[in-house]
Amino acid sequence: MTVAPSAPLGGVVQVRGEVLSVRRVGAYAAITLLAPGVAERFRPGHFVALAIGDQSSSMLLRRSFSIHRCQERGVYGGTVEIVVSAHGPGTQWLASRRPHDPVDVVGPLGTPFALPKEPASCALVGGGYGSAPLFTLAERLRARGCRVDIVLGAATEERLFGVLEAKRMADSVTVTTDDGSLGIRGRVTDALPRVIERAATDVVYACGPMAMLRAVSDVAAGAGIPAQVAVEEAMACGIGVCMTCVLPVVGEDGVTRMVRSCTEGPVFRGESVRWADVGTVPADCLGAPVAAGGH
Amino acid sequence: MTVPPTVRPVAPHSADVPEPAVDMRASLAWAALPNPVATASGCAANGRELARFYPLSRLGAMVTKSVMLAPRSGRPTPRMAETPSGMLNSIGLQGPGVDAFVQQDLPWLKSQGARTIASIAAGSIDEYAEVAARLALAPPGTVTAVEVNISCPNVEDRGLVFACDPHAAAAAVAAAREATDPSIPVLAKLSPDVTDIVSIARACVGAGADGLTMINTVLGMAIDTTTLRPVLGGVTGGLSGPAIRPVAVRCVWQVHAALPDVPILGVGGVRTGLDALQLILAGASAVSVGTAVFNDPGAPLRVLGELRTALAERGFERLRDAVGYAHRALGDGADRIAPAVPAGPSLQDFAPDAEEAL
Ligand SMILES: Cc1cc2nc3c(=O)[nH]c(=O)nc-3n(C[C@H](O)[C@H](O)[C@H](O)COP(=O)(O)OP(=O)(O)OC[C@H]3O[C@@H](n4cnc5c(N)ncnc54)[C@H](O)[C@@H]3O)c2cc1C
Ligand SMILES: Cc1cc2nc3c(=O)[nH]c(=O)nc-3n(C[C@H](O)[C@H](O)[C@H](O)COP(=O)(O)O)c2cc1C
Ligand code: FES
Repeated sequence: MTVAPSAPLGGVVQVRGEVLSVRRVGAYAAITLLAPGVAERFRPGHFVALAIGDQSSSMLLRRSFSIHRCQERGVYGGTVEIVVSAHGPGTQWLASRRPHDPVDVVGPLGTPFALPKEPASCALVGGGYGSAPLFTLAERLRARGCRVDIVLGAATEERLFGVLEAKRMADSVTVTTDDGSLGIRGRVTDALPRVIERAATDVVYACGPMAMLRAVSDVAAGAGIPAQVAVEEAMACGIGVCMTCVLPVVGEDGVTRMVRSCTEGPVFRGESVRWADVGTVPADCLGAPVAAGGH
Repeated sequence: MTVPPTVRPVAPHSADVPEPAVDMRASLAWAALPNPVATASGCAANGRELARFYPLSRLGAMVTKSVMLAPRSGRPTPRMAETPSGMLNSIGLQGPGVDAFVQQDLPWLKSQGARTIASIAAGSIDEYAEVAARLALAPPGTVTAVEVNISCPNVEDRGLVFACDPHAAAAAVAAAREATDPSIPVLAKLSPDVTDIVSIARACVGAGADGLTMINTVLGMAIDTTTLRPVLGGVTGGLSGPAIRPVAVRCVWQVHAALPDVPILGVGGVRTGLDALQLILAGASAVSVGTAVFNDPGAPLRVLGELRTALAERGFERLRDAVGYAHRALGDGADRIAPAVPAGPSLQDFAPDAEEAL
């Protein structure tokens, strides 16, 4: 099965956005922002980078969020919806916004999911808020005549996102929770092999915690099918200028490089990421090893 | 009755408010720049990403990521930690090596109309010479100036950072200066992590530096109180952002006082036009905007506009008249301490009951 490669460094805008609404959804805050120019360029898998606080905020680094939904023309212009898990100071600030509050938005960023050229059977796997970008992906896949099976997993029922939405658009929905509070007790990867078998899956798409992506990539590789995974590495700029967000990725030429997840990613082919070496610089990586020091 | 101070709130600017007429032309040694605001090395990559937001030709200059001889993978992640009004980074000079930079990035930057200040780094004196020599093979007109990042550990000398020792700093600068086309100015980029920055500055100028860039990041560290381990993969890292601005202003001030004729590219914590103005008043001829770009990709052009307004409001017709001005104001010319602010609305227009409040 072939998937069309997508071009990195597409059109991006920096806009002064405005909060339209903040809704509580389980353990998360779903925030809709007026952000003209972002929706028009959006493709599933893109993310936005938001500034925290005003121009004199002591939190300088932007926070990145997958785009859950986009609307090109709302009543006021293009809107973007994100799903935020408020745990640190930046995400808490975002979740406490009120309608009309300004938020500086940069987006859409990153290399989106590559879509199959012909109709295919696709399994979409989301962990926690990682399911946020999968619904627009599902819509576009359906529009291309693809079969869509969705697997959603989280620690608890509260931390699942989008189960109802998934039921509305997918051919099948499988839910797993670690504590068994909803669906199958266990991990998404406990349920995935059966889905792949039943649906004769051609390609797996996944977004969620790194450990989950690694496990999903293994399952897909075991089934002999490709996986496209959206990773979440700590990012300082989100736009490709700082080099903080790298992970070891094997290129088409077989060479491992420390690759930026904000521009070359966040979507990677599952088998191209050297999961066991994330957080290290493998000795056979281009340009390794490094003498101590410098920046 | 108390007389209100002569400050006034700055009116917001919009596209239809004409920019004040200030001659913003700047120079670093004999490199002429249309304006004094540049990016900072390592905070703008090599231009392609920022070119999505605005034409690079509008910057005074693009300072590129420090490039070394061979491709480098850099350090393990996590490579950054946010800190109050700043961040720590331990990137480890990841990059494709000087040959790829010369072949791919420099011609592209030229095609965009950018003026490129090429930053080079190395782990030995020979490597500085070699990187500079390879850079000299770049097509004519693609390099406006060379910035020598001497904040690298000297692999030949117990990993001691070049910028922390006057002899090592001078040797690195001399090697780069010798291998560089004499028509291209060479700037030495200094580290603030030294006891006496003036002696390092003197050593670099003595070794042939045509100008100085100040400052590089300040060595720092953060510990994760959940894992009880250092946050950064590289353990220690460079602190940058507004948190280090007072250190940058101090370094520029001290060096300009000692070496008033040496041009300085001021770097460190510039986020607004007034931040840039501080560095200029301390003695910088131009300024680089670094970490603020992560917060606001448009920061360099915003800073430029704000600086222009700030200069006009203080009665400066030319940027170069403000360079080092704070030194003068200490002695003669004290008349300028109360800025010659053009006539504008008084405080009362903004707070009708200001008198009662006082
Ligand atoms: C491509 C991408 C998509 C994401 N999508 C979502 C989403 O849809 N919903 C959601 O809730 N979260 C998402 N995240 C994670 C989110 O960016 C972080 O949880 C958030 O930045 C944490 O900020 P904080 O101020 O609360 O925490 P802090 O830990 O105080 O953040 C400090 C700094 O570290 C960075 N950082 C910390 N944790 C992460 C992380 N997990 N990933 C990236 N950077 C981090 C922050 O951006 C910030 O610069 C995504 C991250 C990436 C990279
Ligand atoms: C992520 C990052 C990478 C950097 N890389 C380099 C580099 O390669 N070479 C260099 O001379 N300085 C490098 N610097 C230092 C900056 O150029 C600048 O001197 C410093 O950050 C202070 O300016 P700022 O406070 O405006 O960021 C880097 C800084 C950051 C934050
Ligand atoms: S987050 Fe800055 S390069 Fe990726």
